[in-house]
Amino acid sequence: MIQLESVSKAYKTSTRPALDDVSVDVDKGEFVFLIGPSGSGKSTFLRLLLREEVPSKGRVSVSNFDVAKMPRRKVPRLRQTIGCVFQDFRLLNNKTVSENVAFALEVIGKPKHTITKVVPEVLELVGLDGKADRMPHELSGGEQQRVAMARAFVNRPLVLLADEPTGNLDPDTSQDIMLLLERINRTGTTVLMATHDHSIVDSMRRRVVELDHGRVIRDDRRGVYGVGR
Amino acid sequence: MRASFVFSEVVTGLRRNVTMTIAMILTTAISLGMFGGGLLLVRTIDKMQASYLDDVEVTVYLTQDISANDQNCTAEPCSSIRSALENNQAVESVVFEDRNEAYERFQRIFEGQPELVELARPESLPASLHVKLFDPERSEVLVQEFGNQPGVANVDDQNKFLDRFFDLLNSGRDGTFIVAAIAALAAVLLIANTIQVSAYTRRTEVGIMRLVGATRWYTQLPFLLEAVVAGVIGAILGVVGLIGVKYIALDQIFEATGGAIPKIEMIDILFPVAPVLLGVSILISAITGYVTLRAYVRT
Repeated sequence: MIQLESVSKAYKTSTRPALDDVSVDVDKGEFVFLIGPSGSGKSTFLRLLLREEVPSKGRVSVSNFDVAKMPRRKVPRLRQTIGCVFQDFRLLNNKTVSENVAFALEVIGKPKHTITKVVPEVLELVGLDGKADRMPHELSGGEQQRVAMARAFVNRPLVLLADEPTGNLDPDTSQDIMLLLERINRTGTTVLMATHDHSIVDSMRRRVVELDHGRVIRDDRRGVYGVGR
Repeated sequence: MRASFVFSEVVTGLRRNVTMTIAMILTTAISLGMFGGGLLLVRTIDKMQASYLDDVEVTVYLTQDISANDQNCTAEPCSSIRSALENNQAVESVVFEDRNEAYERFQRIFEGQPELVELARPESLPASLHVKLFDPERSEVLVQEFGNQPGVANVDDQNKFLDRFFDLLNSGRDGTFIVAAIAALAAVLLIANTIQVSAYTRRTEVGIMRLVGATRWYTQLPFLLEAVVAGVIGAILGVVGLIGVKYIALDQIFEATGGAIPKIEMIDILFPVAPVLLGVSILISAITGYVTLRAYVRT
């Protein structure tokens, strides 16, 4: 589903490459943690998959897309197969919960009858049925992240990228979010989550890819955050 | 593409940034109004030129001596001047006007000012040859040829006076276009700035749109349309302004010239000026919007 083959990425402003000869292969339906200290290349990794960046070297593919080489006009098609959640939720504060979720479908031209059918379904999936008409500021952090996840998942993406989704949440709420990510993963969606959260990684016992200084230093099938950290 | 979505984004954008929107619309309206005024002036000048040149003639005034003694222009040198004019290739017709006819015409022209008519005597007016040319623009040659002939007092070229008059109107037109161009530059810069501000205030939306895979059209069309909508409103205001200026000021001013400057008709404003302004406005705002988005907004 996701393949990086000998991928390097150097930024003009930096002497050290952000990613240095990285090769990772993620199968369909896998749940993968991407860990490593700040500046280890996690964000660059995710940005390459979304074609926010192009690699300096190597090949990136997601689903059937040759991400690095595809023409710009096809990038929207790639992004429609990827859902994203972030540490800071990125909700639209002037729209209600259901409008926030519907927005993701409206802007890719989905017909109205599809939207009115699908949005309540996905809100139920993330446990927000009954809060469809609330504004984001009326919700707790955990609930806001659920809205963001509903928005990321509403178009049934093949891949869900989560960049520190629990970074702003307390441990209990984080646990709820992880349960939700697992549920999404069980629908067959490949989940790739970048995180610093030891306890989550340790409790989930999923595949762990660890980056350091732009290199993959560990790739465990059923890993923990790290021994002695 | 869902039109209702794009449309609601446009309305939200214009309302969110309402002071800038108004500034953008007003400068556009002023610039287009000036431009339209210039176009109307061009049309007026064309109309005047056509109607005046039909009547323009060169008048060859004869000396006191001929005016007093040669009543029918049959003696020398009047008759030879006349036949020389008649045989000239450029000349369409020659009409002799003696003193008495000149006096009658004088009376007619100054009917409204009897004190002036009372002062004038037939003896104080010269006889003359009224020459009509095929091409009034070529009167200069005639003036040179006959100006110094014996028996000729002076040659009056109406075209020369008209030239000066039209020069004045033409520079008025040029001035209008220059001010219109400067206002247009201000309008273009305002449009560019408004789109940048608009894109900046909506960066979260645009960011999400890009992430969920909205096409370039979806992310950028609302901004582009914002500029175009403002341009269209500006054009409409510009046309309304022109119509207002016509009724409030120009009609009275032009009427005061006694028909020397023809009235601007409503139909002249509605066609072709109004559609031209609308077209120009849409084109310029769309191009400005497109270039700004290309240059400043990431996709």
